[in-house]
Amino acid sequence: MANTQAQNAAKATPSRETLLDIFRRMALIKQNDERFRQVIRTGRLIMPYYSTRGQEVIPACMSVNLRNDDYVCTIYRGIHDSLAKGVPVKYVWAELAGKATGTCKGKGGPMHITHPASGVMVTTGIVGSSMPIANGLAWAAQLRGESRVAVANFGDGAANIGSFHEALNLAGAWKLPVVFVCQNNRYGEHTKYEVTTPVDQIAKRAASYGMPGIHVDGNEPLAMYAAAKEAIDRARSGGGPTLIEAMTFRFHGHIMGDMDEYMPAGEKQGWIDKDPFPKYRAWLISQGHATEEALAATEAKIEKEIDEALEFALSSPEPEAIELRRDVFAQELAV
Amino acid sequence: MSSAKPVPAAGAAKPVTTIQALNMALEDAMQDDKNVLMLGEDVADREGGGVAGVTRGLSSKFGDKRVRSTPISEQAIVGAAIGAAIAGMKPVAEIMLMNFTTVCMDMIVNHAAKLRFMSGGQTGVPLTIMTMSGAGIANGGQHSDMLESWFAHVPGLKVVVPSGPAEAYGLLRSCIDDEDPCIFVEPIMVLFASGPAPQRGSRIPLGKANIVRQGTDVTVITYGKQLQEVMAAADALKDISVEVIDLRTIAPYDKETVLASVGKTKRAVIVHEAVKDFGVGAEIATQINESLFGKLAAPVHRVAGKFSPVPFARALETAFVPSKAEVEAAIRSACGKGGK
Repeated sequence: MANTQAQNAAKATPSRETLLDIFRRMALIKQNDERFRQVIRTGRLIMPYYSTRGQEVIPACMSVNLRNDDYVCTIYRGIHDSLAKGVPVKYVWAELAGKATGTCKGKGGPMHITHPASGVMVTTGIVGSSMPIANGLAWAAQLRGESRVAVANFGDGAANIGSFHEALNLAGAWKLPVVFVCQNNRYGEHTKYEVTTPVDQIAKRAASYGMPGIHVDGNEPLAMYAAAKEAIDRARSGGGPTLIEAMTFRFHGHIMGDMDEYMPAGEKQGWIDKDPFPKYRAWLISQGHATEEALAATEAKIEKEIDEALEFALSSPEPEAIELRRDVFAQELAV
Repeated sequence: MSSAKPVPAAGAAKPVTTIQALNMALEDAMQDDKNVLMLGEDVADREGGGVAGVTRGLSSKFGDKRVRSTPISEQAIVGAAIGAAIAGMKPVAEIMLMNFTTVCMDMIVNHAAKLRFMSGGQTGVPLTIMTMSGAGIANGGQHSDMLESWFAHVPGLKVVVPSGPAEAYGLLRSCIDDEDPCIFVEPIMVLFASGPAPQRGSRIPLGKANIVRQGTDVTVITYGKQLQEVMAAADALKDISVEVIDLRTIAPYDKETVLASVGKTKRAVIVHEAVKDFGVGAEIATQINESLFGKLAAPVHRVAGKFSPVPFARALETAFVPSKAEVEAAIRSACGKGGK
């Protein structure tokens, strides 16, 4: 059932406005990621950081096809998904700084960004756990007769944990309006895809669960846009779930500080040489969709927003100790 | 539950089993609130209305989209319930047997329990998980464990164990109403027990214990199936005035009622079927010691399951669970009337 990306690309061509929106979201992810790493290196933010640099195209192309009230569940390497979906940058920064003004009052941190107002319902630190919960969000939408869809993001490593199989099976059996997005960055932690996965494409597993599987170049915006649109349109129109396997690569290893010793020499550099961001940027200009000045203005605007967000995060108050008694239950715990 | 005293939630109608009471509670909850959903293995009528019949008739009345049979996929069941809950529904998930919660602990412990806290209060999880367990019907080692202390140890979960039909009705309604995830444990021997029918719409508040029997010499703290043994032992001990507390809610347990009672009697015995070591009794005994050390007339006693997997053979299963004789002996020991 796996489609080729060429077939997908033929089905949907984004408008110029959408092409620029994809660029804006890619730039938002890339520039935030670069600044996160820079600020972490200065010691002003202390946290485990799972860089999403290199994976910008996937959430940019998913999110331009989603409505604000569509649901997203993502994972510890998921800040790109949250930013693309529209979680305000300043609240993300404040959460990473562990401040009371963060998305989660500083109680979640980088692995648990949550912002229901933007549709980001769960960020999980447990491999595979975005999928079963996305089903429930989709089930609620289905029962209420809403046209909302739910998106579950996860990595290639998660396709080998039980929750993937349980969740895809249930979604297939119940025809849920959910899109499973496997961001296949070729490594689960430090272990290469081929070492752990005996099938050449995760998208092929979709057949086992009665849903279409789309294997797509997740670093190619036009193909990724078409795959996203096809899957989201199908879910929204009652056609049930889709498994998208979007091929990509992480430019900074598993976790910040990763020395990449487990990768063959040159592999990462080969992907960085094909970095989708400058490639797409140049393509937009060469095709006449945008001028250098217009794209630079978009980037400058994002940079200013990040400057303000960093200042907001660093100057915000720490959460008070009483927060340990709040949100454990709906009712504050007694002393 | 023939020996149980009438409880406040009980009405005057003819006796019902706990299975029937739970069925009534679910039907009434679904009738009262269209957001209440039911999912689990075999819960729809096409599949028999639940392995014990707790959900019988519900899918016929409310439709098989709201009362939905699932694959044998506990992670998918609890995950779907969590997602529906954070979308504003009130799902009730049946995990057929409590041992099966071990294959979906990630969903319960890392997600249901923590999403409210980790999101800074944005995503509460108003979910009820119903699950039956307990020794007594030769189910052996993987279908009988009482694991309530596992869940009571996790911040963010509420844990309830009813001791009879009216308690089951009122407590389940309160769990479904609650804004937080509740683990509703159905001791198998309680499921089949009969008692006064609940009043429709009645609620028993979570976190409140029930003083089932007033006494002055010793407080026995118990819950679930063991209330039956404890009441029988208390009735048998003519020379000792035994106060009996049915905890009803294990987490958060009613510390105030327990400490007030033990403060009065100065002696405490804790009885539960779950394995004694690191169990509910260990926590309550410690809290009694922390608050009442120096005022106690005897060490806190515990009577609980032996440190063994639940065995199959009837002779062993009987030896595993706390008996009326063991409870009597512990009460006598606590009161300085004869050794253990």
